[in-house]
Amino acid sequence: MKKQGLSVKNVVAIGIGSAIYVILARFTSIPTPIPNTNIELVFPFLALFAAIYGAKVGFAVGFIGHTLSDFIMYGQTWWSWVLATGVLGLIIGLACKKLDLKNGIFGIKQILLFSITQIIANIIAWIIVTPIGDIIIYSEPVNKVFVQGISATLSNGITILIVGTLLLKAYAGTKIKKGSLRKED
Amino acid sequence: MHDQNQILGYQPGTSFIYQLNATTKLIFMLLVSAACMITYDTRFLLAICVFSIILFKEAQIKWSQISFIVKFIVAFMILNLIFVYLFQPTYGQEIYHSRSIIIHAGYFTLTIQEVFYLFNLLLKYICSIPIVLLFLLTTNPSQFAASLNKIGISYNISYAVALALRYIPDIQNSYWAISAAQQARGNELSKKAKLSQRIKGTLNIIMPLIFSSLERIDTISTAMQLRRFGSKKKRTWYVARSFKKEDYWVMGLSVLSILIVILLWQLNHGRFYNPFM
Repeated sequence: MKKQGLSVKNVVAIGIGSAIYVILARFTSIPTPIPNTNIELVFPFLALFAAIYGAKVGFAVGFIGHTLSDFIMYGQTWWSWVLATGVLGLIIGLACKKLDLKNGIFGIKQILLFSITQIIANIIAWIIVTPIGDIIIYSEPVNKVFVQGISATLSNGITILIVGTLLLKAYAGTKIKKGSLRKED
Repeated sequence: MHDQNQILGYQPGTSFIYQLNATTKLIFMLLVSAACMITYDTRFLLAICVFSIILFKEAQIKWSQISFIVKFIVAFMILNLIFVYLFQPTYGQEIYHSRSIIIHAGYFTLTIQEVFYLFNLLLKYICSIPIVLLFLLTTNPSQFAASLNKIGISYNISYAVALALRYIPDIQNSYWAISAAQQARGNELSKKAKLSQRIKGTLNIIMPLIFSSLERIDTISTAMQLRRFGSKKKRTWYVARSFKKEDYWVMGLSVLSILIVILLWQLNHGRFYNPFM
């Protein structure tokens, strides 16, 4: 039954996930008092999808969703940022294999694992992938792209840390815990 | 509810561009924007700019269809240019190896080279936008998926993209429905609310949206499984069309643009066209 590549469910998850990504990226960006910094609630959503459906779906939702939302909002894409979003989904997806979300388990240990991996994923995505892409593709000044990367890491990292954990906790709450059913005596 | 419809999408029409095959348009868009991404040659970028504006006129697209997005883009570009300048005002002179000062101002000394570099950056941002907008406005989503498959992307991924385009309006509708329901319950989401309140309010929309979508994924994937989606290696597309003579012309043109960029790279010894040497 299980074949290589994407299952039907994964295909649908990528499609619907990308559509949600576009809508959230368009409508749920909340401006903060710090200029030019927004709280992007789309990233916790990406983390949740990557955690539920795995690394392939995480990467594809980030990549396709970001590409489409850039095209639809700006008429242009910043490929370096698109790739970084995909990488973010990929890494969180890979790490969250270890979580037992489907069985409704999301305790302190899992929260710690999730928080640490998402911080690492953010650093790789915004401080390594994006600036290198910006320099190669657009040859922008080095210090500008790194400052941008660091501020993106901070704001997205904190957002995922708080909102992402909440979302995952809520998702785990909808699942039935393993071994919660007992045979009646 | 004012900005509900401010998302670009396919709008039917009859001009020349609508007659082209979606694959042709996709290849044209990808190659030309890749060409614009690689080169910093002012002459080439200007030519593409003029060309794409002419195309835009030709397609008979109304200003009202795109005005909001153009404003958005302009604001974003200006901000980005200012940032590039603030972080490294000397970047232009490093690239062009010369220095002719316009305004003396210590760290912020403005040189002609910097202005020229920023101008090139601006051209780079804007020259491919009309082409992409045209593609979005004139291409049917199903044909777009078929064309993705045709240029070698697996049909699973193409189908996922088609699904995404198909469900964006649906999800947008549920988003606004949930938002209205939450606002009726006293959920403050406007600029007047405090930051923490706004985040909480938005979360109250996102949670039901995501969880109802998870159910939707189950339903759709079950329906597709029942119809044996993914059981074969290949798939045909109902909307796929064969190439016509015009399609080959347009594709030839896009390949030509890549060739020109390679030629210019040789001529300029790199990405930048340097009029100061």
